[in-house]
Amino acid sequence: MKTDALINAIAADGATRSPSLPLRMTLALAIGGLAAAALYAIDLGIRPDIGEALQTWRFLSKLGMVLVGCGTALWATARLTRPFAKPRKVLRALALPAILLVVAVGLELAVSPVNAWGARAIGTNAVLCLTSIPVLALAPLAALLVALRAGAPASPAISGATAGLLAGALAATLYALHCFDDSPLFVALWYIPAIAAVALAGAVVGGRVLRW
Amino acid sequence: MTDRESRWAGLMRAALAGDTGSYHRLLQEIAPALRALASRGLARHKPGGEDVEDVVQETLLALHLKRHTWDERQPFSPWLYAIARNKLIDNLRRRGRQAHVPIEEIGELPSEADSPRELNGIDAAHLIGRLKGRERKIVVAISIEGASAREVAERLNMTEGAVRVALHRALRALAEAFRTELP
Repeated sequence: MKTDALINAIAADGATRSPSLPLRMTLALAIGGLAAAALYAIDLGIRPDIGEALQTWRFLSKLGMVLVGCGTALWATARLTRPFAKPRKVLRALALPAILLVVAVGLELAVSPVNAWGARAIGTNAVLCLTSIPVLALAPLAALLVALRAGAPASPAISGATAGLLAGALAATLYALHCFDDSPLFVALWYIPAIAAVALAGAVVGGRVLRW
Repeated sequence: MTDRESRWAGLMRAALAGDTGSYHRLLQEIAPALRALASRGLARHKPGGEDVEDVVQETLLALHLKRHTWDERQPFSPWLYAIARNKLIDNLRRRGRQAHVPIEEIGELPSEADSPRELNGIDAAHLIGRLKGRERKIVVAISIEGASAREVAERLNMTEGAVRVALHRALRALAEAFRTELP
């Protein structure tokens, strides 16, 4: 087929409305988020002492970090829908939540007695954390990957990974409102691997379904 | 170069606003540049003319289906170039060739002057042949005969909307087939 002919066909299709990535991502976050929230409400739920918790620096730092993680991952995911966004440059933004975590961990080590570090790090329910975050992240991740199929990422795997980070951070935000382990040491030891696992899943699945 | 950049960006903006005439002009203008680019990108592998044309066609399709990923506030050429590079890499990978296409190797989009003559792309023809009856008639009428959607609708006793939907679906199927079915 001559290219001229193909051009005729493409131009004739030019008036077709193109997808809107912002709209698709918003819908994905809304639908995926609602599904995760519903599951959360049934299974976990917000901790009953949330009022007191919000007055402690540890809880606030935990919540703050996961929220910053959400914001950073959202920005990165949105950027990486374009074909030439250099993944490495965009990924540098992830340094922000990482720095916050390092600062929080440093603060905790400074204010806590050494013999409390271990208990704070291991916490009371690490297994629940490790399992809940990926499970809660499933619906948001699936919805995001569907939405992102309208994108043209330079690297489908990296794009999938940032979607996984976003889904994981969202799930972690929900979980953070439930769990009683507020120490930054706990966050570093358990939240991070849980979120990383979701990011890995996003990279593997995204590497396939986000190809264009 | 900047003249061309601003002309293409202007045409693309008009195209995104629904001006199919500008869109047609833009596609005609960038095809030779894409051809030279593909030629240079594939040169190491001694491609036939059809190989080059396949990359050009796949790039034009990708440009069309992903046109909403261009940020209108940013220059047009780097975006076009990124799409072209991606499709070139896909093409190389599919043919089992090493797909290392450093950004520096391609450089700026070349001018029309050093572009080889256009040939048929064999893959698109093959893929069109796989479309079902009415879809194929629509695509053939619009692409080869240059008929408008309205004319085709009258001819085939369909609504114009239905013709447009069928065309769009066919283009998406074409892009998908490039990616998955070719050797």
